[in-house]
Amino acid sequence: MDSALAVHRLHFAFTVTFHYLFPQLTMGLALLIVWMKTMALWKNDEHYNNSARFWAKIFAINFAVGVVTGIPMEFQFGTNWARFAKAGGGVLGQTLAMEGVYSFFLESSFLGLFIYGEKLLGRRLHWFSSVLVWVGSWLSGFFIVATDAWMQHPTGYAVGADGSIRLDSFWGLMLNPWTLWQYPHTMLGAVATGSFVMASVGAFYLIAKRQEEYGRTFVRMGVIAALGAAVLLLASGDRQGHNVATYQPVTLAATEGLFETAQGAPVTILGQPDTNALRIDNPLLVPRVLSFITYRNWSAEVKGLNDYPRDLWPDNVPLLYYSFHIMVGLGTIFIALAGICVVWLWLGRLYESKTLLWALMLALPFPYIANTAGWMTAELGRQPWLVYGMMRTAAGDSNNVSAGNALFTLVGFMGVYTVLGILFLFLVYRELERGPSAVVTEGH
Amino acid sequence: MLSLLWYCLVALMIAGYVILDGFDLGAGAIHLFVAKSADERKVILRSIGPVWDGNEVWLLAAGGTLYFAFPALYSASFSGFYLPLMMVLWLLILRGISIEFRNHIESPVWIPLWDTGFGVASILLAVFYGAALGNVVRGVPLSAAGDFFLPLWTDFRTGTAPGILDWYTVLIGVLALTALAVHGAFWIRYKTSGELSTRVREFSQGAWWILGALTLAASAASFAVQPQIAVNFREHLWGAVFPLLAMAGFAGMRWCSSEVGAFLSSCVYLAGMLTSAVFGVFPYVLPAVGDVGHGLTIYNTAPAEYGLQVGLAWWIPGMALAVVYTVFVYRKFAGKVS
Repeated sequence: MDSALAVHRLHFAFTVTFHYLFPQLTMGLALLIVWMKTMALWKNDEHYNNSARFWAKIFAINFAVGVVTGIPMEFQFGTNWARFAKAGGGVLGQTLAMEGVYSFFLESSFLGLFIYGEKLLGRRLHWFSSVLVWVGSWLSGFFIVATDAWMQHPTGYAVGADGSIRLDSFWGLMLNPWTLWQYPHTMLGAVATGSFVMASVGAFYLIAKRQEEYGRTFVRMGVIAALGAAVLLLASGDRQGHNVATYQPVTLAATEGLFETAQGAPVTILGQPDTNALRIDNPLLVPRVLSFITYRNWSAEVKGLNDYPRDLWPDNVPLLYYSFHIMVGLGTIFIALAGICVVWLWLGRLYESKTLLWALMLALPFPYIANTAGWMTAELGRQPWLVYGMMRTAAGDSNNVSAGNALFTLVGFMGVYTVLGILFLFLVYRELERGPSAVVTEGH
Repeated sequence: MLSLLWYCLVALMIAGYVILDGFDLGAGAIHLFVAKSADERKVILRSIGPVWDGNEVWLLAAGGTLYFAFPALYSASFSGFYLPLMMVLWLLILRGISIEFRNHIESPVWIPLWDTGFGVASILLAVFYGAALGNVVRGVPLSAAGDFFLPLWTDFRTGTAPGILDWYTVLIGVLALTALAVHGAFWIRYKTSGELSTRVREFSQGAWWILGALTLAASAASFAVQPQIAVNFREHLWGAVFPLLAMAGFAGMRWCSSEVGAFLSSCVYLAGMLTSAVFGVFPYVLPAVGDVGHGLTIYNTAPAEYGLQVGLAWWIPGMALAVVYTVFVYRKFAGKVS
């Protein structure tokens, strides 16, 4: 691999992975804050308003880091991927520009009002501004997923006589079948992060015997939302898997670690892909299941990696395989944990169950890991293509930006983001220490 | 024809960005010097706190629209100006977290730290933006394939092998810093009262003379550095309306007696200066030095017609909504900050 290409890839991978730790909480919490504001308005209950104020503080810190780490993403299409930006700009410029015009203005205008303007706005308008912040953040998610979907499965375009790619159908671009399932799947992933974070903070307060009234609210709302999200994640993930099987069958084989074509193909639960011996080492298999989940037929044929030319394989099969298995494994655990918690909640025993509260509190990092693994599955699975079937990754980077220059800025971003991450944790920790009752005395 | 329309729309969005984010950058650039107490500094930051993020969105929306309307320009300029753009990103990060994190802890260590970060980032951003504009006016050594890569500096001379920084782009950078500092001062004066308001008024009156001198010097230098400007103004006399706009704004800053009038005059000055530059280099969006024929124009960087037509259908309602939100927010936060 040409070293400049490697640095450009790492540059994008590092900055986007760090960035997405923040929007996933923003998009998930935005929905939960709307829920709290709605309860406050409907039941005329200050308890929910205080809860919303407390989460708005966490939201604001998180949003600030999300914004400052998001701007570099829009820039990097041009700075590090100039040949791709030039070739695909006639199509992808649409979705990226629409994100700026339709979602960022909405989100930033009403977030300012939501955070600073509670007294100015009155109850109803303040509720409405929380709704608009949520809509803005989810619109932003839509345009980004639509952009990614075009790279995964290009639609709505035509190639000119000179080889240039141009937009051919606006609705073809917007209503890409890939977006149809990847978008809800991604948003549900964000809701999983938001709700597990909320439940985790609530569990922490209950275990620590502080802010217990709020702790119960956060745990209750958190586990209910988490269960809804986790179940729908399974359903949307299944449909997304069907898209992968249809449009990227090589990727399907790689994510599942299926080397040999088989009728009634087994699903691999555990095992290590060995790309030299072309097999899974130490496999734990469940027979026929892969055929069923892919084609709804226990004996359907699923084509294995060995039947595809090696230059069509994703270039890092083991990492792709692990990312996918980590995502699916954690998703399964989320359904189980949230399911048990909701049953215990219904039985009225959740707030007293030390075991479940500890499990919830310690669950905090896992939705982040699952979301990250999910994106790694999508983007490693797209390799070796930048635009699937159309443009190779190696043909898209900025060949006028040398490896040395790209490494300079990659190292710079690593330093800046380390400091940002530490500051973020420090400030959020302080807000958690002060707790929701502090916002009451401040009177906001 | 569509390219020309989009050229004007992108220029409009960039002007919107410079005017809106310009006042909070300017306020950030001078707040360490014009505020004499912690309270005054807090008042200045509160005057921009609810709006700065919305203002910065104009940069993202303008960048996105530029990418959409002129992909080849976006691709060439973003990769060619790689290093300074990355530094702009770091400065935007420093500025954003400085203003957002500042108020979380009341401490004599924490607050001055972020106030300094905010001031330094704002000053450097203003200089970088000016230098960026200077680079676009001067032109860059484009290859036949339409790309380039500029080092941060070479010998500080314009010519066929310039750097990002040369005497001309540094001059434009200093002009931008001065213009935005004055712009920010008018904003602070408009949004505050008492001693602070009086003090920034004195600051802007002093800085007005420097701004005038720099404007003259930069205008003369621009004609010398970029021959296309003289050609355009000679062939299309109506283009004089742009520099006249800048002059009217400049005069208004001095003689407009109302606070809002002075601030709006500064907006007019900035819009006039930017549109003059845009008009001056037309039809180039990035002129070339050396082989002038390699320059990027609105014609050789635009995508196919269909995309540009579709774009109008969503851009117009989308930006109309954005203007509605912006007006709504500014009205809600209207009046003096205390």
